[in-house]
Amino acid sequence: MGDAIKHGLLPKHSKVSQKERDALLEQFQVRPQDLPKILKTDAAIAHLDCAEGDIIKIVRESKTAGESVFYRTVI
Amino acid sequence: MEEPQVASKKVKAITFGIFSPKLVKKMAAVKVITPELYDREGYPVDGGLMDTRMGVIDPGLRCKTSGAKLKEDLGHFGYIELARPVMHVKFASVLLNILRASCRECSQPLMTKQKQTVALKRLEQVEAESGVTNKHVAVKELLASMKVTGKCPHCNAKQGKITIEKPTTYLEDEKRISPIEVRTRLEKIPDAALPLFGLNPHVMRPEWTVLTILAIPPVTMRPSITLETGERSEDDLTHKLGDIVRINQRLFENINAGAPEIIIEDLWDLLQYHITTFFDNNIAQLPPARHRSSQPLKTLCERIKSKEGRIRHNLAGKRVNFSARTVISPDPMISVNEVGVPKIIAKKLTVPERVTEWNFERLKQFVERGPNAYPGANYVIRPDGRRKKITDETKEALLEELQPGFLVERHLMDGDIALFNRQPSLHRMSMMCHKVRILPYRTFRLNPVVCHPYNADFDGDEMNLHIPQTEEARAEAKFLMMVQTQLISPRYGLSVIGCIQDAISGNYLLSQEEAIPRHVAIRMLAQAGVMEFKTLPNKNTVSGREIFSVLLPSDFNFSGHSRRSKKSGKEEKDPSYVIIKKGKLQQGILDRANLGEGSGLLLRNLHKQYGPDQTIDILEKIFRLGVHYLLYRGFTAGIADTDLDKDTWAQVNAELNKADEDVRILINDYAAGNLEALPGRTVEETLEIRILENLNNARNKAGSVVQQQGTGTSHTRIMADSGARGNIINLAQMSAVVGQQAMRGKRIDKGYYQRTLSCFRKGDLLPESRGFIRSGFRKGLNPKEFFFQAMTGRDSLMDTALRTPKSGYLYRRLANAMQDLKVEYDGSVRDSAGRIVQFAYGEDGIDVSKSESGTLNVKRALEVEQ
Repeated sequence: MGDAIKHGLLPKHSKVSQKERDALLEQFQVRPQDLPKILKTDAAIAHLDCAEGDIIKIVRESKTAGESVFYRTVI
Repeated sequence: MEEPQVASKKVKAITFGIFSPKLVKKMAAVKVITPELYDREGYPVDGGLMDTRMGVIDPGLRCKTSGAKLKEDLGHFGYIELARPVMHVKFASVLLNILRASCRECSQPLMTKQKQTVALKRLEQVEAESGVTNKHVAVKELLASMKVTGKCPHCNAKQGKITIEKPTTYLEDEKRISPIEVRTRLEKIPDAALPLFGLNPHVMRPEWTVLTILAIPPVTMRPSITLETGERSEDDLTHKLGDIVRINQRLFENINAGAPEIIIEDLWDLLQYHITTFFDNNIAQLPPARHRSSQPLKTLCERIKSKEGRIRHNLAGKRVNFSARTVISPDPMISVNEVGVPKIIAKKLTVPERVTEWNFERLKQFVERGPNAYPGANYVIRPDGRRKKITDETKEALLEELQPGFLVERHLMDGDIALFNRQPSLHRMSMMCHKVRILPYRTFRLNPVVCHPYNADFDGDEMNLHIPQTEEARAEAKFLMMVQTQLISPRYGLSVIGCIQDAISGNYLLSQEEAIPRHVAIRMLAQAGVMEFKTLPNKNTVSGREIFSVLLPSDFNFSGHSRRSKKSGKEEKDPSYVIIKKGKLQQGILDRANLGEGSGLLLRNLHKQYGPDQTIDILEKIFRLGVHYLLYRGFTAGIADTDLDKDTWAQVNAELNKADEDVRILINDYAAGNLEALPGRTVEETLEIRILENLNNARNKAGSVVQQQGTGTSHTRIMADSGARGNIINLAQMSAVVGQQAMRGKRIDKGYYQRTLSCFRKGDLLPESRGFIRSGFRKGLNPKEFFFQAMTGRDSLMDTALRTPKSGYLYRRLANAMQDLKVEYDGSVRDSAGRIVQFAYGEDGIDVSKSESGTLNVKRALEVEQ
């Protein structure tokens, strides 16, 4: 079995830094709980050592936009 | 004059709760004691179900409670006292949870005091943080964790296992708990513990769901109807209530007379049944209560629920005035944004027009003509709101008093604004604004170009027309919903309207025509609606492209693939590649790729450069030009179109024979065990796949043989080539071979044991015994082939019949789930609570309706910039 995290079809997940986080919440004027959610137990973030309330940045490849960025709050 | 008293109040919150027996009694105007409705004179009996204290439904009578006459008030509730308590069906499942989670002896929640406080705190916190919905989830989890306990932590009583026997009977260790017992248990639960079950003790005590008295809805809610015979027919609810009152009385009598327990139990159960069906007559475990005519009664739940219920039928969907519905038929000679309205309908639909000094004389004439002459008027509305019908008798008087400030409801006329709609209204183009055009006969006429957005055809389709009645409504309709404003689809960013059918084959032929006499060209252009011919070259004969070019703006440049050049892949070098320079069609064949809806950028670019109004004008003319060219040239499809010459036949037969032979070889290989299995397949599956592959190949080859035949000028061919209708396989199926009939992606293998029909040998795998049709439709099918074709035909018919409602419901669910998503100013998509769904609309933030087929043309955007 290979490492699932390194699979090419898995979009890149990363934890958002405090600074980035503030900028994001400022930009969209939202509370963290208003963002889409991701389970703490999700296999894609298992290696990131996340706590509830952290924000995960997901960068997907998109046919139309090239790269599309998504944010999810860990629950 | 006295100033009207206005009390202004703001709704801050709404609480839902249930009525306590006390409250029911307090708000009741009557105690109902007898099932009788009327006395001998036909007046409502006091203490009966139609008691006038509960409101009146007869003209002339007065309500004894409020003194109001018919339709003056909403009526008043009554009540009946039940001889024995009865469960409420709708709370059965809630109560089950509560009974399971509370002690059978002391009614305390099965949880220590400390744990209770912790749990209560947690629930409060959940509600504050993530709303009521999540609190309900938490309550459910809590209850689930409580019911496993075997002993009460407070009084140490052993707990029985409580089950429910649907719909309303509770069992504790297989023994029945009577509603009386249930009620006493519930009564003992302390207020403080109720939030654990998700209840608010101020608005709902659990024992209130075991009914001791029943509220009787006002008479006005269940009016009776008087038939022509003078007989009264009561509402379903009254019937049901009559049953309840009657059984309740018998129960009382039997209890007082000291009847045996069995009889009382039976009556009690019957009372429970009647009360249950009074609330909901669609309980799975109960037979629905019926009329004498065996049609089920419509009780409280059925009044509210589902499609025919109050909400979806009367509140979300209402019947409207100023609307019309009739069959549609095509008329390419009216404009795309017009709708042909029959004169008979125009005399019924009206537009209110305010009388002013300036239109006084004109409106007077409308009134003068009255409702029967067109264009006339049907009603005059006085400034005080009184509405007067114009008849021969009232006409004189109305003309006399008509003055500025009055409203005249005049007949519908050319140019009025109307909304036109075809169900199912799946997207916003299903309802568009058209200008009225009054026409003779009895159908709505629409330009065939708008068939596609409405998904309409003329095999009997009907459509609806609505006439906006106010200036605001008309303005909105005109500027937001007019056909031209809907040209570019918000789904794929191309024109949703385009030429169809004859208009495509017409322009296809026209663009290949080299010499047309000039006078014919002028006639066709004139028929298409062109008035100015100076751009048509002054020659004796003109080419089709020159005629077409007359329709284009003189500064229009365009190049795009035709169907043929798209296949060849060559651009300018292919003579069928469309090039328009300075409004002249230089080369190319016009077909569906450029003229059709949702394909090609010709219409998209016209729209971008010249705006919606000019685009539809050009499109209309292109459409009519195509149609009139066909009229001039002559165009028909006949049996001869399916003729094949000798050579072609020989080639088709050779292909089919070869396939036949190949299949035989495959089968022999398989029988001999020489067939190599494909990866992941059994040998049998491999054989099937290979055979199917072979046969489909043969059909396709036959198709291309047919395609290559002759010069390809039969009219059926032209239709297929231009993309107007049909494709080359359809043609091959008619003239050469129908091909393999497939069910669920496989050859037919149903029917008898190991064979499809009894005329074949068992285990026969040859093409003809597994649904391969070697004949063409023209030659006709042999009986076996016909049977196979009927099989797949029936199958696909069933499939469509089953799929339509299923996908319709799926769509409804999607639409309801997403209806309040909205793109905010920051570009994110959010729901009504402000939660983000997408960070940029569609990942890329592109407004599709401003794009070309979903992408932005950056090059062109830069050009415009400069």
